[in-house]
Amino acid sequence: MTTSEGHTPLTLRPSATFPPETIAHVQTMSRTGRYEIRGWGAKRRVPSFDDLTFVTASLSRYPLEGYRERCETKTVLGSRFASKPLELDIPITIAGMSFGSLSANAKEALGRAATNVGTSTTTGDGGMTDEERQASRLLVYQCLPSRYGFNPEHLKMADAIEIVVGQGAKPGGGGMLLGQKVSPRVAGMRTLPAGVDQRSASRHPDWTGPDDLTIKIAELREATGWEKPIYVKFGATRVTNDVKLAIAAGADVVVVDGMQGGTGATQDVFIEHTGIPTLPAVRLAAEAIRDVGKTGEVQLIVSGGIRSGADIAKALALGADAVSIGVAALIALGCNSAFYDDGDELIDVTADYHALGTAPGFCHECQTGACPVGVTTQTPELSARLDPEIGARRMTNYLKALTMELATLARACGKNDVHHLEPEDLAALTIEAAAMAKVPLAGTTWIPGQSF
Amino acid sequence: MTVQTEPLTLDVRALGVTEVNKRLRLLPDGSAVTLAETWGAHNLGVGLTNRISITIQGNAGYYLAGLCDGPDFDVVGSVGWGVAENLMSGTVQIHGNASESAAATAHGGLVAVHGDASSRAGISLKGGTLAVAGNVGHMSAFMAQAGTILVGGDAGDSLGDSLYEAVIYVGGRIKSLGADARTEDLTDADVAKVRELCAAAGFDHIDPESVTKVASARQLYNFDALKNQRY
Repeated sequence: MTTSEGHTPLTLRPSATFPPETIAHVQTMSRTGRYEIRGWGAKRRVPSFDDLTFVTASLSRYPLEGYRERCETKTVLGSRFASKPLELDIPITIAGMSFGSLSANAKEALGRAATNVGTSTTTGDGGMTDEERQASRLLVYQCLPSRYGFNPEHLKMADAIEIVVGQGAKPGGGGMLLGQKVSPRVAGMRTLPAGVDQRSASRHPDWTGPDDLTIKIAELREATGWEKPIYVKFGATRVTNDVKLAIAAGADVVVVDGMQGGTGATQDVFIEHTGIPTLPAVRLAAEAIRDVGKTGEVQLIVSGGIRSGADIAKALALGADAVSIGVAALIALGCNSAFYDDGDELIDVTADYHALGTAPGFCHECQTGACPVGVTTQTPELSARLDPEIGARRMTNYLKALTMELATLARACGKNDVHHLEPEDLAALTIEAAAMAKVPLAGTTWIPGQSF
Repeated sequence: MTVQTEPLTLDVRALGVTEVNKRLRLLPDGSAVTLAETWGAHNLGVGLTNRISITIQGNAGYYLAGLCDGPDFDVVGSVGWGVAENLMSGTVQIHGNASESAAATAHGGLVAVHGDASSRAGISLKGGTLAVAGNVGHMSAFMAQAGTILVGGDAGDSLGDSLYEAVIYVGGRIKSLGADARTEDLTDADVAKVRELCAAAGFDHIDPESVTKVASARQLYNFDALKNQRY
């Protein structure tokens, strides 16, 4: 059959099993003989905080005046054993991201912004940089399996210590900083040659199970005079057991990173197919803390796809004491923007995204080290595209806006403290979210798994 | 503060680990102290940065001398996991055996085990020196990045797996090499290095000219799926 112009009409019938992106994926693997390694977190749709809504005050609940009445956001982390717990002005922290994965300018910008709003930032694999320590009033020092750049001097300079068991993008998978991002400075900090892929092990070198972890935590406390809060972070998989074991091992703070959590470079198959979403993870973690009688004594930080004050408010309502942001922080700095700000004008870098085979709004090419906006790179000319002062200003604005969103929702729920938000303030918009968050499906009293 | 001249002994069982560590931290450089009644206690002498000499009379548990930068330890007994982990400088002489992960991630200093060391000895070594008079267990020197490991006896399976720039010398037999580890010819510089290590560790049973040198083949330094890299 032909059209009146003599052409055969197109019959485009997409396959649900092999949509265009799957076809491209198969063809890439057949061409390269390897899996895709990329940055960011899970890109597919999973049940999330978007599937919840607040049932705010009306007749049965009394709201606070949205623009006038005080709503407390102060947050204390690490009060269980540490003599110097962290006192934050807001329940939003900056997640661990390495110098190496991120540029020094990006790390400095994050530190300055965190200081501006009274919260903490976190080091990452590769150790602590001078810029980061100087910029951050409160700095959490990560103890990772690789121990790249880890040393007792920096340990003592830290305000808290985070033992990283795993992260949401790749629980159980370790990590990799590809050689193209291993500049001489990064290599020097990690005691490895420049240009060599730097594998981050999936297991710690000097302990294995939770019994060992108990002794490891005690070692870090002894080495630092029992002053510093000790966090234990892991990717959300077997959340209930992991939280209970971390608490039994002596953690002051448990950090649970859901499957939407980001990374600088990991196999796509890991990012998309391991772990559970942040939504059920927060509820499971809070319940585990409650089950062992440590609510209020052990704090819970949740991360993985946190973007807005609404996400934060929902996480807190489900039992988190604070959240950590990673990818959202990078976006605030300019990640995926078509422009960078050189201080005088906005410079269009769309062509640089195209050179990476992507476009602004879609980029996850952190692993290349060719970040067009200077956030995830070690190349001096690209790093220079992110002015730390401009980045700090943008990040400060973002953190302030998040806090405003959080507080406005809390006030509308009648809370004068964001930590008073509770599951009863929420309803679910999908059956899945109702089951995972254990709040009723909107318009019903039904919580799947708990009632019929 | 003056340097103490009288020998000082701390009873670990009576004082507890935290109090012992607190007292150790406060000692001025040049002090000498003996820890008695250790009973395998964990985390003794961790995080110290003063230049003091510590004698351990008995066995110690996990992480003895961990995260230290300066002190010298002499252990008349055996030690548990992770002895001298992340050591920056100083010496740890162990006149007994060491459990797993001895000298893990050590950046500097010397750890000398006069008996045997268990598996993963020298794992992720970052510049320090580990000398073991006897045998080491499997996966020793796994991902060791820099520094030197001397083994007077035999080495277990997968020695030097995923090795980076660290170098291993083995006096006895090697059960198997790990991924990307290979033996290399000894140079005069290697022989001199082994002789120096033996002297520093106090070993007199190793012939520096007959050790086997193991180093990285550097074939896994950059991921390349088309090269059929073996892990």
